[in-house]
Order: sequence, then C-alpha cells, then structure tokens
Amino acid sequence: MAEKPRIRVPASVKKGEVFQVKALLKHPMESGNRKDESGKTLPRKIINKFVCKANDKVVFSADFNTSVSADPFLTFSLRLEETSKLELSWFDDDGSVISETVQVEVK
Amino acid sequence: MTTIDRRRALALGAGLALLTAAPVGILPAFAANDAAQVAKAFLDGKEPVKGKLAIELPEIAENGATVPLVVSVESPMSEASHVTEVLVLAEENPTSRVVRFAFTPSSGKAEVALRIRLSATQNVWVLAKTNTGEVYLEKKPVKVTIAGCG
Repeated sequence: MAEKPRIRVPASVKKGEVFQVKALLKHPMESGNRKDESGKTLPRKIINKFVCKANDKVVFSADFNTSVSADPFLTFSLRLEETSKLELSWFDDDGSVISETVQVEVK
Repeated sequence: MTTIDRRRALALGAGLALLTAAPVGILPAFAANDAAQVAKAFLDGKEPVKGKLAIELPEIAENGATVPLVVSVESPMSEASHVTEVLVLAEENPTSRVVRFAFTPSSGKAEVALRIRLSATQNVWVLAKTNTGEVYLEKKPVKVTIAGCG
C-alpha cells in the first residue's frame, strides 16, 4: 500500500489571493528502463496523472511520464473565490488512485 | 586488395545502417527521441512568442535522477486570458515527454515546480499555450554528471 501523500496548503487565505500548494507522494516512479541484478527489465510503474479539484471542479492537473523523478514533489498555485475542499488525486499505472482532501478557508 | 575489401565492408555497413533507419522515416540522424516532432505538433504551425516563459534549471545537475525544474509563464490568468497548457520535453531522454501541466484561471499564477529525470547533458524544452491561441517555446541546456534514467 502506498504511503499517505504529504500536502501543504495555507489553512486560510484571502479571497482572490494566489497561494501555493505543495504535494509530495512517496512513489518509486519505476521507469521501465531499469534492470534488476539478473538483467530482467523492471516493469514500468509510475503515477501517470495528478489532478487537483476545488469543490469538485478540476483546477489543475498534470500528466506525468517516466522522466518524472521518484517521489514526485509538485508545487503549483491556486486562487480561490470561496472556501473550498481541495481534492488531490494521484493515478497509478496499476489502476489504483490515491486521494487526499484538505480544506482551505477563504476569508 | 585489402583496401577495396575495407571499402566494400564500409559501404555494406552504411547500407545496412540506412536500411535499419528506414522504418522510422525521416527522423534526423542524431535525434534521440521525437522531441522535435512533438514540439512541432504542439506549436501547430504558429510562431512562438519570445520572453513570456521562464525556465529555472541548474546549469549543472550532479544527479540526473532528480533535477529541480521551475516553469513560470507571464499571464494575467484571467477568464479572458490564461495559460492552458505547459509541456516539458527532454530531447535526449528515452522518451521525449516529461510532463504536461493543465492550468485554469483558478491557478492564479502559471508557475509550477517539479523534480525531473535527465538521462544525459541536453536541452530541456518547455512549451506553453494560452486560451487566446498564443504559443511559447524556450529551451535550456543542462549538464548532467550522473545519468538519471538507467
């Protein structure tokens, strides 16, 4: 089972203020190019998509390829007009989805 | 006699190389991947506007497995005018596409940071697109000491 992602957002922001979201997920991002000791190719297993929703509306997303480093650490900006539930989701090659929600209060 | 044999052998070798290269079409001989084609498709025949897109990357990356990248695009990020897409390509990596970001006016700022892998010393290409149809393209060279894709 994958580890819980680490997300950093301000607890509260002013309306219309631009703030940063930092999101880190522990994941090997196995590229499919590496071989193990016996020379067998390690199969590709990466997070191929990241989506951030604010109150169920997609506000930012990223398509990752194999050239994204292990433990993808993403920093991006948001600007909210109302108090929002942020839902951050990581989509794994194996079909599993890791999701985490955080609340950002808009004053 | 021996020189002719050598020439023949070389000619044969060159011929074989051409034959094996043929199926991939008109790819330039030294391109490691399809970065140029992907960029061309992204730009869609438009001339990229200069000076709007900034790339932050180390000049020398000691460890290619984790190279910090920051991309920022100058834009008001309003409903009327905002960056919709940013595409990062690595011209010498096994696959050209590194990451693609999709922005909305709620992004507030078209700036994003991520750590990427670089397999060799190369140019990193960053392309961007706005909702008004402008396109941007910048390239930045990075020296890689230890490859990060093996």
